[in-house]
Amino acid sequence: MNEQRGRDGGLMTDISVLSKNEAGQKLTKELLLNLGPQHPSTHGVLRIMLELDGEEIRGVDTIIGYLHRGTEKLAENFTYTQIIPLTDRLDYLCAPSNNLAYVLAVERLLEIKAPERAQYIRVMMAEMARISGHLLISGALPMDLGAMTTLLYVMREREMIMDLMEMITGARMHTSFCRVGGVREDLPDGFEPRCREFCHVMKQRIDDYERLITENRIFLKRTRDIGKISGEQAIDWGLSGPCLRASGVSWDMRRDNPYEIYDRLSFEVIVRENGDCYDRWKCRMDEMRESVKLIEQCLDQMPPGPVAVAMPDIAFPLNKITVKSSMEAMIHHFDVSAYGFPVPKGEAYVSIEAPKGELGFYIISDGSPKPLRMKVRAPSFINLQALAVLARGCYLADVIAIIGSLDPVIAEVDK
Amino acid sequence: MSNQPLRELLQRESIQQRCESVYETFGMLTLTVSKENLLALCHLLKHDSALQFNFLSDICGVDHYPQRPRFETVYHLYSIPFKYRLRIKCRFELDELPPSVVPVWQTANWHEREAYDMYGIAFVGHPDLRRIYMWEGYDGYPMRKDYPLRGYADHYNPFGEARSERTEGA
Amino acid sequence: MANLENRFSNNVFFGTVDSVINWSRSSALWPETFGIACCAIEMISAGCARYDLDRLGVVFRPSPRQSDVMIIAGTVTKKFAPIVRLLYDQMTEPRWVIAMGTCAISGGVYNTYAVVQGSERIVPVDVHVPGCPPRPDALIHGILMLQEKIKKQHVLRRKDPQETGKVSP
Repeated sequence: MNEQRGRDGGLMTDISVLSKNEAGQKLTKELLLNLGPQHPSTHGVLRIMLELDGEEIRGVDTIIGYLHRGTEKLAENFTYTQIIPLTDRLDYLCAPSNNLAYVLAVERLLEIKAPERAQYIRVMMAEMARISGHLLISGALPMDLGAMTTLLYVMREREMIMDLMEMITGARMHTSFCRVGGVREDLPDGFEPRCREFCHVMKQRIDDYERLITENRIFLKRTRDIGKISGEQAIDWGLSGPCLRASGVSWDMRRDNPYEIYDRLSFEVIVRENGDCYDRWKCRMDEMRESVKLIEQCLDQMPPGPVAVAMPDIAFPLNKITVKSSMEAMIHHFDVSAYGFPVPKGEAYVSIEAPKGELGFYIISDGSPKPLRMKVRAPSFINLQALAVLARGCYLADVIAIIGSLDPVIAEVDK
Repeated sequence: MSNQPLRELLQRESIQQRCESVYETFGMLTLTVSKENLLALCHLLKHDSALQFNFLSDICGVDHYPQRPRFETVYHLYSIPFKYRLRIKCRFELDELPPSVVPVWQTANWHEREAYDMYGIAFVGHPDLRRIYMWEGYDGYPMRKDYPLRGYADHYNPFGEARSERTEGA
Repeated sequence: MANLENRFSNNVFFGTVDSVINWSRSSALWPETFGIACCAIEMISAGCARYDLDRLGVVFRPSPRQSDVMIIAGTVTKKFAPIVRLLYDQMTEPRWVIAMGTCAISGGVYNTYAVVQGSERIVPVDVHVPGCPPRPDALIHGILMLQEKIKKQHVLRRKDPQETGKVSP
């Protein structure tokens, strides 16, 4: 044993010899730690079993399913329009995005396209949803790492977005605004000046967040080179969205497989090289700036016109006053909402660039007003799978940073 | 984007001898394949230099009760370099299960666990086949057509069906 | 507070012990950070700058041992139900439960094989806040109603000694 004297002159024992046997090998045991479903920083009901050797992670087992609500089975018993509120509750931070993906899949089966104004409205709402979703993780990840200030500031912007959503749709979170063949109703008066004011304010605020967090020494130390994944591995594990683009793979479905009116809008695709937590974070911050530009372009280019396709069998009547005063309009409204509309037999898979990654809906129809099978390709479900490979070999505190940078929304993981 | 370049590439002998049919439906090319050729076809599609389907988007389990063969798995593939999209379908009964495609795409791990949990499709060769949404020891496979929507009545959900002595179909 | 008597120039108050205890309990309700699903986002919004919950004395605590009230915000599934019960049992008395959102009250739109039709089947609930999700204003209203309920409790002399799980009816 090494004899050392402490500051007060007393004898200090080198206790590291206690954990080694005569041959000098370590006698530690692995510890199984349960990061339970209720935890302040697991972004919902996520459970992780960690095999720890001291503070280092040897193995990760992710246990999900604590929020499995049976959305897909429920969708087999609902008409196509009744499923739209169910899709809201998948990625609840970005509800208009989910609505858009689902409605595009049904429109592919019906072989119709929404009118131009409706497409611009849908894209604009999807981009506002993207900002809203990225804002929350921009606040939640620093909060997990100890910087509580950012969360309070991002909620200020999210409240502005939710005010705009409430102005258009009447609801703050679960908007259910898209319909098969268009949107529910036109934008209200006075929306455009408020939206432009929001865009103007948002640009400055994103710069504020950059100044607050992105150069912070502690934040850099906790996210740089943590949870690195190469581009090849990321593709093999099915990552998509900002998680994939942070590893150097330049794939953005808005540019490469354009849907709606994205081919008329100009924006940059943010790609970074390192593939660590910091890059995933920075991708999202820069994407918010691009989304603000997209919203402004939508407002500039939006043409006047109808907001629902002119097919009485599918689209709801648009004018509420007519419905309440004309018997035929009321019968039409009742028919479409109670009995739905039959969709031709077949199957379609449509995916969009949701804020979390590739969100896809695969619908098999048997010719009736209810789908035979609806499968949701949830990006958070697949991104979370990569936790097992990202967390191996790092420390316990890094697991929190990695989960935050993957940005899982458990309602989407568990459907 | 037209599917013509991909359609021509899929007419090649190496692919034609492994799949049963090729057709296009609602804008996406679809291959049907039997479970014996599934793994070889997936391997070919991923590693062929003209196709490079390196991204597996989705594996979906389907129950076609009461038609036979009852179950089906649907794979959606995407080629990032060439931007092709493809769908592969494989139909089978529960006594002749398909192989797992985890050796080809690692991301298939959780997709197949979900198909196992919801339908009971136990993929052959899966490294870690456990339930993923329902808890260990759960009785039944919820997404099957003969499983009731509200489950079986218990203290948590009294609106479910009463448990009877019937056996699960197929 | 009730029964104020002001004979000694604003320095001495008269009241019952019950009213003092209930006033202090209701003014410092510490909930557990227990967000399950979408309602959790509205709960976070309620705690942030616009609808400030801190002015009501509400401070979110991560541990059930240090919290008074459990706000069940989101759908309770059958897989998660035993854990909700475990967390409720770990809370020290006095404890209350607010069921926030229709999924926590009655299962909401999800009447399926995996969802508990109401958290009342697992834990005794004091206040139900309906909505899908309820606005943060509705949650604040629910907390204020809980404060009023607490102020009516009898602490020193319990009315019904058979009551379990609660301090007093």
